Amino acid sequence: MSHFSLALRHLHREWRAGELKVLAMALIVAVASVTSVNFFTSRIHQALTGQANDLLGGDLVFVSDNGVKEELAARAVELGLQRARTVEFPTMVLAGEKNQLVALKAASDGYPLRGKNRIAPKLFAADAEITGGPEPGTVWGGSRLLTILGVDVGDEITVGNSNLKVGAVLTSEPDQSEGVLFNIAPRLLMHADDLPATELVQPASRVIYRLLLAGDVDAIGQIRQEWEPKLVQGESLHDVQDARPEVRSALNRGEHFLALAALVSVLLAGAAVAMATRRFISRHLDSCAIMRCLGAEQAVISQLYLTQMVVLGLLASVVGIVVGYLAQWGLMLFLAPLAGIELPAPSLWPILLGLITGMVTLLGFAVPPILQLKNVPTLRVLRRDLGGLQISALSAYGIGILAFAVLVLFQAQNLKLAAAIMAGLLMVLLMLGAVAGGLLLLLRPLRKKGGAAWRFGVVNISRRSGHSLIQMVGFGVGLMALLLLAVVRADLLSEWENRLPADAPNRFLINIQPDQLDGVRQFLRSEDVEPPLLYPMIRARLVQINGEKVVPEDFKTERGKRLVKREFNLSWAEKVQSSNAVVSGRWWGPEDHGKPFFSVEQSLAKELGLGVGDTLTYDVAGQQFTAEITNLRQVNWESFKANFFVVAPPGLLDNYPVNYITGFYLPTEQHAVLNRMVQQFPNITVLDVATILDQVREIIEQVILAVEYVFIFTVLAGLMVMYATIHATLDDRIREAAVLRTLGGRRSQLMSSIILEYTGLGLLSGLVGSIAAGAIGMVIAKQIFDLTYLPGPTLWLSGMLIGAVGVGVAGTLGTRFVLNQPPLKTLRGT
Amino acid sequence: MTSEIVVNTQNLHKRVVSPEGELTLLQGVDLSIAAGETVAIVGASGAGKSTLLGLLAGLDEPTGGRVSIAGQDLFALDEDGRARLRGEKVGFVFQAFQLLPNLTALENVMLPLELAGRPDAQQVAEGVLQRVGLAARGSHYPKQLSGGEQQRVAIARAFAPHPQVLFADEPTGNLDRRTGERIIDLLFQLNAEQGTTLVLVTHDQHLAARCQRQLELDEGQLKAEVQ
Repeated sequence: MSHFSLALRHLHREWRAGELKVLAMALIVAVASVTSVNFFTSRIHQALTGQANDLLGGDLVFVSDNGVKEELAARAVELGLQRARTVEFPTMVLAGEKNQLVALKAASDGYPLRGKNRIAPKLFAADAEITGGPEPGTVWGGSRLLTILGVDVGDEITVGNSNLKVGAVLTSEPDQSEGVLFNIAPRLLMHADDLPATELVQPASRVIYRLLLAGDVDAIGQIRQEWEPKLVQGESLHDVQDARPEVRSALNRGEHFLALAALVSVLLAGAAVAMATRRFISRHLDSCAIMRCLGAEQAVISQLYLTQMVVLGLLASVVGIVVGYLAQWGLMLFLAPLAGIELPAPSLWPILLGLITGMVTLLGFAVPPILQLKNVPTLRVLRRDLGGLQISALSAYGIGILAFAVLVLFQAQNLKLAAAIMAGLLMVLLMLGAVAGGLLLLLRPLRKKGGAAWRFGVVNISRRSGHSLIQMVGFGVGLMALLLLAVVRADLLSEWENRLPADAPNRFLINIQPDQLDGVRQFLRSEDVEPPLLYPMIRARLVQINGEKVVPEDFKTERGKRLVKREFNLSWAEKVQSSNAVVSGRWWGPEDHGKPFFSVEQSLAKELGLGVGDTLTYDVAGQQFTAEITNLRQVNWESFKANFFVVAPPGLLDNYPVNYITGFYLPTEQHAVLNRMVQQFPNITVLDVATILDQVREIIEQVILAVEYVFIFTVLAGLMVMYATIHATLDDRIREAAVLRTLGGRRSQLMSSIILEYTGLGLLSGLVGSIAAGAIGMVIAKQIFDLTYLPGPTLWLSGMLIGAVGVGVAGTLGTRFVLNQPPLKTLRGT
Repeated sequence: MTSEIVVNTQNLHKRVVSPEGELTLLQGVDLSIAAGETVAIVGASGAGKSTLLGLLAGLDEPTGGRVSIAGQDLFALDEDGRARLRGEKVGFVFQAFQLLPNLTALENVMLPLELAGRPDAQQVAEGVLQRVGLAARGSHYPKQLSGGEQQRVAIARAFAPHPQVLFADEPTGNLDRRTGERIIDLLFQLNAEQGTTLVLVTHDQHLAARCQRQLELDEGQLKAEVQ
């Protein structure tokens, strides 16, 4: 109808006059940050998971004791997925007089689908990456196996009924991480085509069949969804996140951080929208009164502004979505080459989410107060003092916060998480308000001190305390975002990186016999490697819990079943290991030597339903013993250190067969040390986790890069809030400066008072913002990074400094032109 | 035609409660103004001139009595009804001009026409702007215009929809004498051309003297009719 075009014309006029730019910019920032984050959390997830999948040899792995279901393979063909199969089982191989138990893996063409094997042309020669596995007729064995058998590349070994030629020395497999510490037998890799001739696989053999799948993310997701419910006993489907908890947690943390950054940007942008609306309203009070005078009904005014807002919201959202898309595209240019995979097109969901964000932010923060414009007393045209429209805080911010809660829910897609975030944010806002209010009260006595400029500056802050409160919260929120970025984020991210220090153990030695302990230490010392701690390890099977026999079928989860089915590695220790923390119960003292106590890892306890006071009975080589759980431990598995699910006090396990395990850092250039070690101690298994470690580290670095990138939006949003805040009170300042100059205030006096006011506001806001940033940092540290972060006085001091200088300079520059206006013009022009 | 009463009040009262107690702003004002008349409401500061004008235009509500514009009882209507009536029959000129700062001169003049849904808003507005001698300045914003020019735009805006009554509140109050004179001339010329009833509040004797009638308010009461 006619008012729609009138509204469009008004929108155009308002835009031209610059009234809507802050509002639009704030919206664009909010939409762009949400859109880009959602565009690239899905894509980054795909990129990083793809990279992590190198650790699995594929994107998804079907594991079965009974062979691969042909239906599943056929479905994979239908979905256009790449496929490879492996068959794995323990067997003896022979070379002349010598024999050795190996973990034999027969792999089809195409294996590995993700990641690469590394091989060397001769024992202890330099290795290199290679695509694919051994050719039919050949096998690849590790240096340890070849040393034990006394063969080298080119020699033949006997596998079942076949004689196969050693084609290369296998130094690393992409998927060796599967069951890393339990593969004590050395690996022998052969081609699947040679398997039938060996006649090794018989009906009763204990064989693990794998079908590796790789390809389009959606197809992978689909096949997983279809097949997961059809799995039977002895079958499982898993991706890298199931297989490698440290990769999963790195990805999860990164995603949480990204989502949080996006939400903070939206909240900040919401605050900027709210600020911009304040100015919009105060500038449109007269317009509304005049329009009422000129015959506009309330409904017309509401319709006029509502239409303008909706159209503005749509336009700004579209621009924001485009900016968001370009931003994620830019980030992908950074990340894609590193990840080395084709990125699938982003989905449409972020576009929808961006649109919802724009509209909800605008409608929530701007529309309720703007709709109240219609209530402006018309008499205002005659009496300016009337109708400083009273907009209740509830309608101005309450609905906005409610709207924001909806957005959080959309983003988090989890009611509980959303509620937690909202509660946290409300607390921060209340805290900001309370601290700011308190500071204003403290400021009051200072009014009487100092010169005219000081007095006017200080008086300005505390006189318009309502205004100042809002400004301080505005500046405080903006500074909080900046500080979170500048200080807290840097601290947290470096803390996270430090989780995997450069010297994190990258080689593990397994199966060290007690009489070899000194020999191994001496050997390492002679090779200039600081001998690491050696942990005792006893292989045991869990047979009873609280005196009742346990069988895998007692447990619902695959993990529970697996844990009971396979052998446990028990250890003993006098003190809690460095990457462990006792979470309930009590660690033992020297007086408990040899007592039947256990310390159990928390997640295992949860999986098996164990608590302090329960008893566990283990079977070690036919002998059984029982001990009571006296404490539960939290283990930082990401530390890559040797850790144990179940630990006993020293003395208890003295009578059982023990071997030792250790992990240590060995620089790549010293790799030859391991070759010499294998030659000297052929029974010791060396596990190389350097590849995994590098991968995880790379993932963390990329996630950090992404997080830093997204935080640019948060900073932009923070700056928007500050800009909108200065902008919101500009008109008052202009009028006030004009009055003061008319009354004889010198330019320099006014200038000093403006500088003082803004610097003071900045100082206080900086304090408020840094306290909030510290508090949020603590929560993020605890919830996302599982770290303890304590904000220190450096944060508060830098907050106050950044606030004082930043707000002081920005505010002064933003308001300076006020002084250049002829006062009469200002006073008359209003 | 002159016998038609356009503005009429009966026993109009306005009281407000202030911290010092109840304050009577208007006390039993009766007046009637015929179509085409020019009337000045004069009186000392605080006599209740602006209060009366606000009530006549339906911008404020009385505590007692009635006001009718063109035969319509103003306060029988709700605020929206009064707004509609203003849009159809009433024009305003203010001391502080009250132009919308974000609209150009032309757009300000177009505004009441647009609100009334007139498709010819732009042509009409251009015509009136030309009439007040500002055709060349249509694309200027209020802040780029002098006070006199702003008031001429305001007058153009007031006359553009051809109102039956035009209320003016100290229209020359913010202008120097010479500019003020020209504004008054313009106001009276347009009044004569369009046959508009002109009601203005002023304490400028010179301006009041040019009106056909002068109503003097004193402490909220209509004291005497000069002339």
